Amino acid sequence: MKANPAVKRTLNGDVLVGSLLLLGLVVFIAMPLVGVLLWAFAEQWRSPALLPTQWGLKFWHALLARADVHSSLPLSLILASIVTGLAALLCLPAAYAFARTDFPGRRLMLLSFITVHAFPRFPLYVSIAVIFLVLGLIGTAPAVVAVQLVFSMLYLIWIPTAAFRGVDRRLEEAARDVGASHLTVLLRITLPQVAPAIGAALLLTFTNAFYEVEGALLVGIPDIRTLPIVMLSLITGQVIVQYGAVLSVILWVPSLALLIFARRMFDSRTFAAGVTM
Amino acid sequence: MATLTLQSVTRRFGAVPAVDRMSLDVADGEFVCLLGPSGCGKSTALRLVAGFEEPDEGDILIDGASTVAIPPNRRATGMVFQSHALWSHMTVLGNIAFGLKLRKLPGAVVRRKVAEALELVGLSGFERRYPRQLSGGQQQRVALARSLVLEPKILLLDEPFSALDAHLRVRLREELRAIQRRLRQTTMFVTHDQEEALTLADRIAIMNQGSLEQIGSPGAVYEQPETLFVAGFIGAMNVMAARREGEALVAGPFRLDLTDADRNALAEAQHLDLAARPEDLDLTLSGEAGQAVVEQVVDLGPMRQIHLVCSEGTRLKAQLARQFTVATGQSVGVRVGRALIYREGCRPVEIHPGDAGAVLPFRRIAGHRHHEDRSAP
Repeated sequence: MKANPAVKRTLNGDVLVGSLLLLGLVVFIAMPLVGVLLWAFAEQWRSPALLPTQWGLKFWHALLARADVHSSLPLSLILASIVTGLAALLCLPAAYAFARTDFPGRRLMLLSFITVHAFPRFPLYVSIAVIFLVLGLIGTAPAVVAVQLVFSMLYLIWIPTAAFRGVDRRLEEAARDVGASHLTVLLRITLPQVAPAIGAALLLTFTNAFYEVEGALLVGIPDIRTLPIVMLSLITGQVIVQYGAVLSVILWVPSLALLIFARRMFDSRTFAAGVTM
Repeated sequence: MATLTLQSVTRRFGAVPAVDRMSLDVADGEFVCLLGPSGCGKSTALRLVAGFEEPDEGDILIDGASTVAIPPNRRATGMVFQSHALWSHMTVLGNIAFGLKLRKLPGAVVRRKVAEALELVGLSGFERRYPRQLSGGQQQRVALARSLVLEPKILLLDEPFSALDAHLRVRLREELRAIQRRLRQTTMFVTHDQEEALTLADRIAIMNQGSLEQIGSPGAVYEQPETLFVAGFIGAMNVMAARREGEALVAGPFRLDLTDADRNALAEAQHLDLAARPEDLDLTLSGEAGQAVVEQVVDLGPMRQIHLVCSEGTRLKAQLARQFTVATGQSVGVRVGRALIYREGCRPVEIHPGDAGAVLPFRRIAGHRHHEDRSAP
């Protein structure tokens, strides 16, 4: 075969450059994760060694024996679920309305959801905390939920609004045409069409609430201690890398489970079809 | 089987009527095409029948009963959309069965009806596929099956084949017509493609700016266009302003003698337009009836279309059988064999000025099918 050597060389060059870029990306993303994972199972790791000098679950036992860690994981899960559920309840109908009706100030209202994200957050938290202090809400779960809800609404308004707008109206008309009521159209046609987008928005909302620290810290302490708050106090209190690493691994579990669940949903034909069409 | 009647239906968007006092009767089992340029209101008319739009005035009757108050989900119409509008999260089976399941039919009946509908459109065995796994033509067939499976009284199609390539369009057109004939399905088909309308329809309803210009068989709307718009819209047509000059009619390069009857018919008309089809213009070798120069010869296969420029500037299209030869730049004579004269608000007057004298034909090239543009002597 007489392949054109010039073409072959550039092709190989492309592959090489591509591979290097990919490798760089993998290292950039994966190295910190690998580091955290190694630290979580390291009992001793002295600096020149490439790998931990002593492996073990000592810090896992130590951490899991702590009462604050024990109680904070379920608390975090429950709070994040409540925030996600409430946000969905409030935002999804609003998103549908934003997408399907045209009222004066519609664009302005949509934009208003970004304003809380446009300010530096800490002063906002402080001012909210002051109000909650007056209302006697500081240190209660509703206060944490309320703060996290405010900062979650953007995802659950904007993403579903765009998704609802993206649904071809003729799909709905076709369903009306074969005999579906408005409610049936919404439940059987429109919602399945936007399900992937709503799923992604819910995922974002949940993880956002689950990992949120500053807001929960300011209005939640001393009684409401979520897992990220516990982690923060452990890391800032004593410089033991393993505590942070172990808690990070624990914190990964719910979001990893969610991501796997989401992937399965996206992979299934139904949702893949919803995404591509 | 059913009839459809539109009684002076008007639908306004703002102040502008999209459909303006439209009246139309579709007989049982009839195939009617709504034809018109984009924005003429033909799709709105279809959506009015389907129930997606409500008329501001007038009434729509199916089998003689008013349907205006009936929402689209309970109307006895079935609609096929331009974009097929299949539900991508459902299989072919799910799409076609959706309406049947809403009617709470037992599972066995649903499966049988879906299988029958798929067989009708030539897609047996495609139940488990998803819409994205089908070709454009197959998707549109499924959309047709989805409507037909519910046995609608009126089948409505909104430019269903316009997104498909030309060959597929022709094939699906023929299949649709065959199915429609077999089922004796009353059908209303919207298109902007006159060829599609001419091949499909029992009758064509030509719309312009929300109004119905003419309803008639494909032959009738071609042969006797009732308005100047229809004349210009259907097929090729030479249209030119005309005026009376004494006994004669002057239009472009032509000075046509009128019969007494024609003169009476055109008595007090001010503004006239003359319309003549390319095949109604006779070309002669030496022009005694209007000199013109051949600008272009377009080979259409069965015949040739000759683009002419007349000495006073009018451009004409004439038609020539392919066994005759003509060359670009050649000087020819043009005569009007048959033409229609239009006046504002009146039916056209048909004239046959060419009957008077004999036409000198072009030289026939015996046994010679090429047209290497050899000049005729």
